[in-house]
Amino acid sequence: MDFLVTQILNGLVYGVLLFLLSAGLSLILGLMHVVNLAHGSFYMLGAFFGLTVVHLTGNFWLALVIAPVLTSGVGVVVERLFLRQVYQRGYLDQVLLTFGFTLIFYDLVKWIWGGDIYQLSAPLSLIGSVPVWVASFPKYRLFLIAFGFALSILLWLFLDRSRLGAMIRASVDNSNMAAGIGINVYRLFTSVFALGVGLAALGGVAAGPIMGIYAGMDAEILIVGFIVVVCGGMGSLLGAFVSSILIGEADTFGKAYLPDSAMFMIYVVMIVVLLTRPTGLFGIRDQE
Amino acid sequence: MVIGSAEAKPTAKSPRTKSSKIDWLIGVGVLAILAIAPLFFGSFLQGMITEVLIFGIFAMSLDLLIGYTGLASFGHALFFGLGAYAVVVLGVHFGFPPFLGILAGIALSVVVAVVVGYFCIKVTGIAFLMLTMAFSQLFFSIALKWRSVTGGSDGIGGLDRPAMFGLSLDDPMTIYYFVLIVFLIAYWAMRRLIESPLGHAFVGIRENDMRMRSIGFPTARYKLIAFVIAGGFGGLAGGLYGIYTGFVSSDLLYWTRSGDVLIMTLLGGVGTLVGPVIGAAVFLLAKSYISSYTDHWILVIGVIFVFCVLFFKQGIYGKLLAAWREKMG
Repeated sequence: MDFLVTQILNGLVYGVLLFLLSAGLSLILGLMHVVNLAHGSFYMLGAFFGLTVVHLTGNFWLALVIAPVLTSGVGVVVERLFLRQVYQRGYLDQVLLTFGFTLIFYDLVKWIWGGDIYQLSAPLSLIGSVPVWVASFPKYRLFLIAFGFALSILLWLFLDRSRLGAMIRASVDNSNMAAGIGINVYRLFTSVFALGVGLAALGGVAAGPIMGIYAGMDAEILIVGFIVVVCGGMGSLLGAFVSSILIGEADTFGKAYLPDSAMFMIYVVMIVVLLTRPTGLFGIRDQE
Repeated sequence: MVIGSAEAKPTAKSPRTKSSKIDWLIGVGVLAILAIAPLFFGSFLQGMITEVLIFGIFAMSLDLLIGYTGLASFGHALFFGLGAYAVVVLGVHFGFPPFLGILAGIALSVVVAVVVGYFCIKVTGIAFLMLTMAFSQLFFSIALKWRSVTGGSDGIGGLDRPAMFGLSLDDPMTIYYFVLIVFLIAYWAMRRLIESPLGHAFVGIRENDMRMRSIGFPTARYKLIAFVIAGGFGGLAGGLYGIYTGFVSSDLLYWTRSGDVLIMTLLGGVGTLVGPVIGAAVFLLAKSYISSYTDHWILVIGVIFVFCVLFFKQGIYGKLLAAWREKMG
């Protein structure tokens, strides 16, 4: 029983981290129709910035704030200077461009920080475990679940209730129409890109104490992020959330009960979802 | 690299004009150089050309999908990996001769392409891209975990390459000519395919799926056929690679490999069939050249990609073609 509870919680932790990554991925895809292959790179970049901040100041909370801001800055540069040049072209050019950036960031990270595997230490106040019903669970992981859910609600409120959120939703539905009624769509693109990149970087820092930080973490998480987005439906925040939790649980239980299958469970979920709903759980229609 | 841009369009059924005669002459010239190349070039360049031809087949097969049918796959490494695994695994575990291994690899690729294609063609565009990527990763994770057969990330090697028709496949020269002949057959077959009614149906789907459906083409079935054919040729390329290196590891199936071949195809110019081969040559030569100069070759390659996207919109071959046409008037 305690094993089961622990696994459910672990699945939630992984799901929450996946959500931080895939929320941005899905929004960028839905709004800008850009397949951002570099999204995993920003996750990695965030983690390494966090690492350096912790090294310099010893303060994890500071890293959790500074790293996403720095990474967002990098993201804005990439979007403004490069991605913007190819919006008018087919999505393949954007795939190619962002693939180029994954290589650049991978090599730069390896150059600057080396090829070692690092681990962030959780803040002192969150070290140790607390009893959860019949099981005992690490404090930091519990914090992650709460943090992730709180962020999800904030993000939902932002998109659903704020003026900027309404503008984003309008542009996702029809960016030409949105531009026609006076919304500066390009500025919106930059904001959403910065937001998505920042969330991914936040995920990278938050994952630091439990999943490790290394060059190559970008490529690994990206695929899972894509599967989450495919299953959830592109451009849907709710879809990204539900699907993150689903995939997180599926992967955790797959690894716990069928250690040899590893990632396999995720693909099983993906195939079942797509057989029943080809455009994803909350996908409205084909984005093309 | 815009799909279906005026410059990059296949010149299907073009009459034999002056410029196509020149194309033909260039083709014969390149063929002649390739035929006698091993006599002049050192073993390094010979191996390089072998690799370019193998990846040329691979990139051309992807071009069938992207350039001619309008389906951008980001999981094409799947078939390359299956072909290579078939040759090496069957050869090492069961003593299959490489020639049979290649056929088995093609058969395996075709079967897998039918199943994977069945799911993937339900969607188009970006969703297709991501689905093909996810499916290839599924097979990557199988290759990674099924260590007893695949050797996981360590891979398996030591392929025994018995003589074939009295020629030893251990000799790089024999492999070179073998690959060259297979390449020519594959190129000829794909060229014939895109000039056939089936190929025209593919181009029709790329241009306007709905119109094709309304004039009575079951486009879903045609897309599946394109996917399966491309998968089969991808498997062929992988099989050749398996013979060439005699070694295979799960790395061959990783998604970045699909990215590499996508780059080759786009870099060379989609919808031209020749372009992707040039793309493969440029990619492999650049990789080998740059990596001999700096440890940060990945960084340099990344910068080159970004540069190419921004400034070579139609790919290298498309750019050459456009420049050529301008000169010819």
